[in-house]
Amino acid sequence: MNDQPAADDAVEPTTSDAAKAPVIDPEQTRLLSEQAFERPLTACHWDPLDRFLFVGSEDNGIQRFAPATGEITQFVGPHDSWVRAIDTTPDGAETLSGGYDGRLVWWPTGAEKPEPIRVVDAHQGWIRALTVSPDGNRIATCGNDHFVRLWDRHSGELLNTFAGHQWHVYNVAFTPSGDALVSCDLRGFVNVWNPGGDAAKETSEAAAGEGADVAVGSVVGPLRELPQVETLYKYDNTFRADIGGARCIAFSSDGGRVALGGVTNVTNAFAGVGDTSVVLVDITTGEPSALFAPKDKIRGTAWGVTQHRDQFWVVLAGGGGGGWFYFWRDDEPNEFFKFKLKNDGRGMSVSPDATRIAVAHADRQLRIYALYADPTET
Amino acid sequence: MRCQYDCRSTDHLLGRRRFLGGLASGVGAVAAAGGIGIGGAGLGGLLAANPAMADQMKGKQKRILNIFLHGGVSQLESWDPKPGTDTGGPFRAIPTSVPGIQICELLPHTAKQMHHLSIIRSLDTKNNDHGRGQEEMTTGHKRIPGTEYPHIGAIAAKTLTPNQFALPGHILIRGGGSGSNRSAYLGPKYASVVMNEGKPPQFTQRPESLTPEADLRRNRLRSTFNDRFAGRRRTADTDAYTFSFDQAQDLLSQRRVFELEREPEADRERYGTSEFGSHCLLARRLLEHDVPFVQINHSNYDTHHENFDFHIEQLGEFDQPFAMLLDDLHQRGLLDDTLVCVMSEFGRTPRINARYGRDHWGKSWSIVMGGCGIQRGGVIGSTNDNGTEVTDRVVDHGHVVHTMLQAVGVDSLSEFDISGRKFPVADPAKGPIGELLA
Repeated sequence: MNDQPAADDAVEPTTSDAAKAPVIDPEQTRLLSEQAFERPLTACHWDPLDRFLFVGSEDNGIQRFAPATGEITQFVGPHDSWVRAIDTTPDGAETLSGGYDGRLVWWPTGAEKPEPIRVVDAHQGWIRALTVSPDGNRIATCGNDHFVRLWDRHSGELLNTFAGHQWHVYNVAFTPSGDALVSCDLRGFVNVWNPGGDAAKETSEAAAGEGADVAVGSVVGPLRELPQVETLYKYDNTFRADIGGARCIAFSSDGGRVALGGVTNVTNAFAGVGDTSVVLVDITTGEPSALFAPKDKIRGTAWGVTQHRDQFWVVLAGGGGGGWFYFWRDDEPNEFFKFKLKNDGRGMSVSPDATRIAVAHADRQLRIYALYADPTET
Repeated sequence: MRCQYDCRSTDHLLGRRRFLGGLASGVGAVAAAGGIGIGGAGLGGLLAANPAMADQMKGKQKRILNIFLHGGVSQLESWDPKPGTDTGGPFRAIPTSVPGIQICELLPHTAKQMHHLSIIRSLDTKNNDHGRGQEEMTTGHKRIPGTEYPHIGAIAAKTLTPNQFALPGHILIRGGGSGSNRSAYLGPKYASVVMNEGKPPQFTQRPESLTPEADLRRNRLRSTFNDRFAGRRRTADTDAYTFSFDQAQDLLSQRRVFELEREPEADRERYGTSEFGSHCLLARRLLEHDVPFVQINHSNYDTHHENFDFHIEQLGEFDQPFAMLLDDLHQRGLLDDTLVCVMSEFGRTPRINARYGRDHWGKSWSIVMGGCGIQRGGVIGSTNDNGTEVTDRVVDHGHVVHTMLQAVGVDSLSEFDISGRKFPVADPAKGPIGELLA
């Protein structure tokens, strides 16, 4: 999910408890509200008009939560597996869900009784991430079939299949300008794609579509293959399995660097013993320009990352050390502030006005945290 | 300890014959039994191409293939899926070749071979400890401190190995590690010979600096000294040493059996490049050579963290080669005499933890068995809607081991006589799962 904060002209927040635009101060972070759901949550997404929060949970659908009224609406039907990828078009009209069943579903964001607008079998196996382009016209998805795919938001037509990864593709994001796509796979290989479809390498259609039940479309290779981000991958020889990949992704506001978050220094993959890590990679050179690591050795994985409009980065971590927010500036290797969450976080989304962060928690709670001081305590 | 038995026991005489026979006769014996590749086709190819010969092979030798999924495979991601429930996880159930039986979508190839297998969905082994689980599932006995029971491979080697069989009766193929499957009171002869990383057993190749003639002379001299010593001071320990030397000689002569590169290239490609794939092909080769017990360890399933990702990876490696091996054994006429079991030390918790993991769970979990002596295409027992309780036909490791042994014709309710002491073949407090036996 492309979790960029919306522009400054977004509508007035409905759940902020500040009458005026509050002063952002990460060190004043506090829990604002919590909402329980029936199952443990897997993902959350704030609609760009600040009306709703969508959550995925350990069931087969998504739910819409209206913080202002507390109303919860079920979006069910087409998915028969978990949903962990949700995004909304910039105009707020449509919300997309990508499931572990490989299905991509278009929904009317604000409908009273939501029915799917369109259902597409988008990938063989899991859809791990999806993102809507900044202009709202295209949707990018990625998944376990090793492909990144680009879809027409309005018709649902498959525009391109991007082939080049050899491992599960964990995440994908558009640059803020929308002129490039970046994806990262399980082993930390990063590819840059041209959403216009031109490629440095041609890839055969047969290779990309072999054994697939889904449409293939035109198949193109990457514009650039960046060096492997080795710190985000390990083959655990004891357990004989791979661990790694970008569990979260976000662009810097200037669009020149992509933040890839995950786990590093893994000593026991199957117990999740490793350190939270975010690497900032220059998408032109592939060079890592900054590396975030928590000051204290707290076990965890980065499950969410975003650059706040005030330029600091927010990292959501969860794992053996519990749930944490880390606030980090990319000219320093460690956080300048960290905030302990009540439970492991599995996904986060920043409110359109960038004053709050919603977190999907494993304990079934959707919690909203304010990034400003409590006005009643001043 | 002084030896309690007659020096002229069959085992002992056999050992002497093997030794005196030397290397050439060993190769010849296996070739005569169809053990060595003929014209490059190998025994399996010959059987596949000649159904009449495959029919003749039937009934000659019972074997067991035990695939041990180390760490504890999740029953919910394999044999007992519960999609749509609070414990079900993200995977769907798929139909199999047996109408009415569904397994997890992570096993699409195995699903097509389900008519060769039956699922036991009602294991309650009351244990969440790795070491204890491995021990109990492979011995059939509850762990008692200070007491050691033989691995089922050792029991199979003792009861199923034919006379004058030149290969080990109990082989363990694994990715790595140390130690071997125990034989306990059955004696070291029945402990596993280990093929680490699928490589032939250690020290089965004569050093290049040693000519065959020099080797023969050396062994004759050792034999002379050995016989002289044994004539007056024979003990169980000296017998074990003698057996070790004899087995080493046999392994030298049979090394070709352990060499996977002798399998046709097409088969090696078919089984793929994964470690487990090559181990499955190796197991097929060993079973074709009538090795009574072969175990493949596949590691690892101890997924406290990101259970679903890791099961995609591990079962993705397991599924196709395992299904291929089952089908090959069937096509070659070997499955009717080969019991196949896929087990773990326990299952995994129905509850999904905060890190998308599942923890240890011995209360309601599953294994599969198929092939020789097993009613195929069935399901034994059941669990409740979200898999937290066994609701029908509770069984445990004791029942499993009895069933495996009886399926290959071993009277698991009888006793071993070891130097005059009686030891039950399997846990006398348990018995086989009768309705699973053919």
